[in-house]
Amino acid sequence: MTTTKGFASEAATSPTTPIVHLEDVGKSYGNIQALRGVSLSVRQGEITCVLGDNGAGKSTLIKIIAGLHDYTSGTMSVNGEERHFSSPRESLDSGIATVYQDLALAPLMSVWRNFFLGNELTTGPFGVLNSHKMKRIAQEELTKMGISIPNLEQPVGKLSGGQRQCVAIARAIYFGAKVLILDEPTAALGVNQSGVVLKYIVKARDAGIGVIFITHNPHHAYLVGNHFVILKLGRVALDAHRADITLEQLTTEMAGGSELETLSHELRGVDAGVVVDPAHPADSAVQDVSPAANETADDETEEGT
Amino acid sequence: MASTITSPAAADDRVSTRSVGARLLSRPEIGSLVGAAVILVFFLITAPPFRDIDNTGTILYQAALIGVMAVPVSLLMIGGEFDLSAGVAVTTSGLTAGILAYQLSLNVWVGVVVALALSLAIGAFNGWLLMRTGLPSFLVTLGTFFILQGVNIAVTRLTSGAVASNSISDMDGFDAAKAVFASEFTLGGITIKIIIVWWIVFVAIAAWVLLRTKIGNWIFAVGGDAAAARAVGVPVKKVKIGLFMTVGFFAWFAGMQLLFIQNGVVQSGEGVGKEFLYIIAAVVGGCLLTGGYGSVVGGAIGALIFGMVQLGVVYAGWNADWFKAFLGVMLLLATIVNLIVKNKAEER
Repeated sequence: MTTTKGFASEAATSPTTPIVHLEDVGKSYGNIQALRGVSLSVRQGEITCVLGDNGAGKSTLIKIIAGLHDYTSGTMSVNGEERHFSSPRESLDSGIATVYQDLALAPLMSVWRNFFLGNELTTGPFGVLNSHKMKRIAQEELTKMGISIPNLEQPVGKLSGGQRQCVAIARAIYFGAKVLILDEPTAALGVNQSGVVLKYIVKARDAGIGVIFITHNPHHAYLVGNHFVILKLGRVALDAHRADITLEQLTTEMAGGSELETLSHELRGVDAGVVVDPAHPADSAVQDVSPAANETADDETEEGT
Repeated sequence: MASTITSPAAADDRVSTRSVGARLLSRPEIGSLVGAAVILVFFLITAPPFRDIDNTGTILYQAALIGVMAVPVSLLMIGGEFDLSAGVAVTTSGLTAGILAYQLSLNVWVGVVVALALSLAIGAFNGWLLMRTGLPSFLVTLGTFFILQGVNIAVTRLTSGAVASNSISDMDGFDAAKAVFASEFTLGGITIKIIIVWWIVFVAIAAWVLLRTKIGNWIFAVGGDAAAARAVGVPVKKVKIGLFMTVGFFAWFAGMQLLFIQNGVVQSGEGVGKEFLYIIAAVVGGCLLTGGYGSVVGGAIGALIFGMVQLGVVYAGWNADWFKAFLGVMLLLATIVNLIVKNKAEER
């Protein structure tokens, strides 16, 4: 396997300087180390995919970059400057926008109000909303992204999952994000909608944004990613450029690699091949106690049919 | 990958434009408006004095007594929180101004200003404790409710020896303060209590703030999804504490009205149970108990329903003992109408 295991020593040698760079970052909650020695670089116009199983530390990682949690060891630098974010606002002000799994959209609020939430356009000293301008800009930006929402007054909760993702992504791009963190944007979507979202991820990259794409789907990651990092139990288990890895390798690594082999070995004993014959359900029980069937079930090294 | 994607730029043909009627029906206050109209017609038919124009002022006054507090309670509910201490906080405010002015022989206005500071502080404390502990507002404000209820009675008895505060009606500044908080005037033959005017002004300002300003947008957001609001940079803590302080401000105003309408005397046991009337007005007006949806105008209509039912029962010549039961039925009906109308509007 041509992948480099361990820390992202390779990433540091790349010609473009990273916007966000994590070096040996760790985070512990009491006696639980959620993240240990994670190094990661995000560059402009690149999509860095962070893969990992549930509980691998993906969420902790993005929460650190997004300013929801502070890290407990190592360093994080943004634009070459070491930073500790104490609030999401600070992260946003540094040009890092996060589109969360739950999208950070208020479901009962209208599309345009959500689009400008936290960045409202106002006039006068009382913070009067410039709703006409906001509606116009929201419509323009969404159309630019190719999203068609006929009524911007409808609550975001009524949109489809894909549309919601796109609203959140369009919002982040419009507000000048230099780094876009996408937390499992395709997790809850159908095939077509996932495709639409992946297309916008590429659009964001082409606009010169550094994208961190969190996912546990290696197929989605490989379609768009430039760089892949796999987290396992809070550590970096793999760190590879697209050129150094194939989809098969990524899938295998993601699925657990050697662990998967062990698992398939164990599951073989279960003998998934033995099924009840739908035509003769009663006969199958008789077949099972036949000497041949017994032999197959007992012999763990033999493959099920 | 792009080959399987249908162009999203083309308008989705499943979406048809909604009619003006459907859009009107999707307003949060529409259900309560229908309910109010039904109740109005009902009492116009069954209670002859209800038709008397002279009684309009009285009905509006009853509505305003609840309506003034329904304004901040609606805002707070849209912001996703409750305040069970709102009812007794009104009494606390009135008692503070009355007792302070009387005991220290101060100008009434000094008492009024101190009461304002205390009311805002109580609101800030509720909000701060809520944000600090992360406990549900139901528990936090239930605690404040009992504290204030106890303090109200204890301090009043300590200072006056009775369950009511001493009258401050002969003290400096009383008349001027009464003119602001509890005067009345005649308009077209109807006696209008000034609190009705204040109520309308407050509703107008609060509705405008909620729908047309950044703060209003934030109130909807912290109630709809506080985590989402925080993630996009909305100062959730400040908004929620601010909302509790708004309740404090209005509790102060209602407390001053209470003090000056009763010739400078406040009963220390007053206000218990009122907090539910405020909440009911807000809910009838279309505010979601879970936050993120609702309207100030709806809360005002809810208060109007309350006023109409309370006096309607009396005008209809029924035993006033039935009022609460009748009120409960009316409120349930209004809420159900609200729900049905909302569901119908969403189907279209």
